[in-house]
Amino acid sequence: MTRLGPPVAAPLAVRGAALALAVLALAHTVWHGVREPGHALAFGALITVGELARWGSLPGEREPAPLGAAGALAYALLGRSGGEATTHGVPQVITVVAAAQLLAAVPHLARGSGPDPDLVARRILAVAFAAACFQPLYATGRSPRWFGEGPCFALFLLVLLGLTALCDAVLGALTTPAPRPFGPLLRDELRALGGIGTAVCATGAVVALGVAVAGLWALPVLCVPLLLTQVSFRRYAGVRATYRQTIASLARSTEIAGYTPHGHARRVARLSTAVGRELGLPGPELTVLEYAALMHDIGQLSLVDPVPCGATATLPAAEQRRIALLGGAVVRRTGVDTAVAVVVEQQADPYREQPLAARIIRVVNAYDDLCGEHAGGALHALEQLRLGTGRDYQPRVVEALAGVLAREAPSPLGTS
Amino acid sequence: MRRTPGAARAYILCTAAGAGLLALPALVPGAGTPWNTVALLAALCLASELAARWSRPGGAVAAGGGAFFPLLLAAAFLLPPAAAVLVPVPGALAGVVDRPPVTARRVWRAAHLAAAVGAASWVHVALGGPAALGGTGDGAGGGPPPDLPYALVPAGAAALAFGLLLAALDGGILVTAERVAARHAWRGPATRSMGPHVVHGCAALMTAVLWRSSYGPLSALVVLLPMYISSWVFAQYHRQHAAHRATIRALVQAVDIKDGYTRGHSERVGRASELIAGELGMEGERAEALRFAGVLHDVGKLGVPTRILRKEGPLTPQERRAVELHPEYGHEIVRGIGFLDEARAAILHHHERLDGSGYPYGLAGDEIPEFARVVAVADAFDAMTSTRSYRRGRPVPAAVRELERCAGSQFDPRMVRALVRALDRHGWSAATTTVTSDEQPAGLPGQGTADDTTATGAAADRPGLTR
Repeated sequence: MTRLGPPVAAPLAVRGAALALAVLALAHTVWHGVREPGHALAFGALITVGELARWGSLPGEREPAPLGAAGALAYALLGRSGGEATTHGVPQVITVVAAAQLLAAVPHLARGSGPDPDLVARRILAVAFAAACFQPLYATGRSPRWFGEGPCFALFLLVLLGLTALCDAVLGALTTPAPRPFGPLLRDELRALGGIGTAVCATGAVVALGVAVAGLWALPVLCVPLLLTQVSFRRYAGVRATYRQTIASLARSTEIAGYTPHGHARRVARLSTAVGRELGLPGPELTVLEYAALMHDIGQLSLVDPVPCGATATLPAAEQRRIALLGGAVVRRTGVDTAVAVVVEQQADPYREQPLAARIIRVVNAYDDLCGEHAGGALHALEQLRLGTGRDYQPRVVEALAGVLAREAPSPLGTS
Repeated sequence: MRRTPGAARAYILCTAAGAGLLALPALVPGAGTPWNTVALLAALCLASELAARWSRPGGAVAAGGGAFFPLLLAAAFLLPPAAAVLVPVPGALAGVVDRPPVTARRVWRAAHLAAAVGAASWVHVALGGPAALGGTGDGAGGGPPPDLPYALVPAGAAALAFGLLLAALDGGILVTAERVAARHAWRGPATRSMGPHVVHGCAALMTAVLWRSSYGPLSALVVLLPMYISSWVFAQYHRQHAAHRATIRALVQAVDIKDGYTRGHSERVGRASELIAGELGMEGERAEALRFAGVLHDVGKLGVPTRILRKEGPLTPQERRAVELHPEYGHEIVRGIGFLDEARAAILHHHERLDGSGYPYGLAGDEIPEFARVVAVADAFDAMTSTRSYRRGRPVPAAVRELERCAGSQFDPRMVRALVRALDRHGWSAATTTVTSDEQPAGLPGQGTADDTTATGAAADRPGLTR
């Protein structure tokens, strides 16, 4: 995999900025001493415990340590505790968050798997952003004057957290290593804010307000329900992962049965989701697309004799549609969203009668079949697809595929 | 209230009357009921019920059928008992009901939630909870700070009372309406739901504290947001879990598509493996894994050419070798499924024999993984007792004699003994054998899909009116 120019520089810049910020904050805190050590200790402990929960998180999980994130944000937005004003400034917030991150990383390092430096840098910068927006306003008395200590203040915190979430999304898009344009990456990050992002922001605001009213006792009382949130997210992520593995196994069964070439289902699924992303499909539809792509050939299990090379794209249209309908019948029994079965059933129809996901799978499947067939490879296959855009393949999808392939150019699909 | 048994109708009416009596003091003129707070909380309950109704038509609703317990507990903490009773009523009456009789179910939900909230509020007041919350409650700020470590006591007691009363009332409706035996009705839910109720109690306490503080109701609602998201995620988890089980079944059915002889065989081997696991004292995840091992043991037949699997008459040595590759194919297919773990070894080795003459590796004795020895016995047992198109199934005692004859040379005697004990205890009856096809095996008496659907249907219906 080759990285293009800008994405290499961006993660390095983010890491560098976070490191510089942490060092400066630490120096400032050491020089001036720690204010309210009890609070620093309590929040530090909360963040450390929250970050330790990264244990057993799955790769690619959106927010592996929501409790740590919420605790850090709450400390950044803490202006009062039990009715008394607090005096910790921006540098102390950054110091506590960085120290807690380091402390939580120790067990991971001992096991030989350090935390992702990008995630740590992202967390430090996002918290620094929130603290820099809030602490000076509060300490100079401007925020109490503007918003009082009533409902307006709660609203102000929520708006600040929303801004912080945006900032975090930008940082996330900057640190993604994939060679993709910045726009779609940012769109993905913003879409991901919906579920756990909202929970983290709401929790951050709640912890800050709760401590402001009830003092440090609010921390343990709030932690219990938050742990429940974290557990339910983790279990959900776990069962999702298992489910995906099982679907992939079901998809691989056609390969082991000798109906389709090795790795075909996986390649079609990967490329289909890339094309779907390129065309701007939202998250849930991408999942439908991925599952349908994995299982698109499952109807072939009903055939007594395998199709030569498993290449359905070169069969007569009626036969292609029969296999598609057989596949849909199997998929309907798997308990996945019926939308997946519909996509599988319609994968061989002319594109004007298909939903977008089926159009994508039709194009990508034909591309993979044609690639394997000809030594000419990718270029020849694309040429064939372009010739078929009158009826079978939607021109827009073919061009999106060409775009994705051009970006992945160094590793042609047929051999990866 | 058509089709509701008389006893259930009386029970529902009694509960509703009890809840009504609890609410009476709030309706008396001059009672000083804080109607603004009641209206706001009731509207929130209604909103959460309607959200559950619209979010996924036909899909699973959020835990608790849309009733949002932290919100109800917060109402119990914030309001006097008589007023708190009113909060869940509009939501429950408008909420989602999945099965008829609709009216009876709605009235029941409203009545039992109202009674539980009233009881929780009463406990909270009795322990001096309202004073411990601090603040003034009118949103103007000021007032004493919350008396925090102590406030946990009334809140926790109220949450426990809420959970206990809910479980007790639920058990009653199971007995009267669903005709569940009394000893089952109160066992499961009461013990399982106490943990979540205490957690909800913590969230509700902070909601109440913030509600009465100078930051007002808006900030209190923010406490409930993560709780709401987590209950939604939890419902999603259950949906995915069910979908995952269906996918495993689909993997098995994919084998059935190719090999007509084995219809229902996989499910029955899974059941027999589960029986043996129970006798061996395995529990929880290991028993579950062993069941999956049994269900998936022949998944590798997907890799054997359909022509060979469907061939009538004896196989040539070459074809036999192709069939004998199926454990390795199976291992290859499920390789990516992380949670199967030990079950993968069972799929690879279920044709090994204790004397070392099996395949694929010719392992002997203790070299064969435990799961594989279990699945081998279960597989042979079902192969002998089930009827295939080319021969009738043998009766269970004859199959057991054959297993005992081969114990030591082919099968592990410990597993054979465990199966025999399990068969003595549970029998090998129609309800346990799932036939997935419409072609009925003729040889086994009483084996049929009709029995099967009633058995599983009854199990699925058990939560009944309470959902």
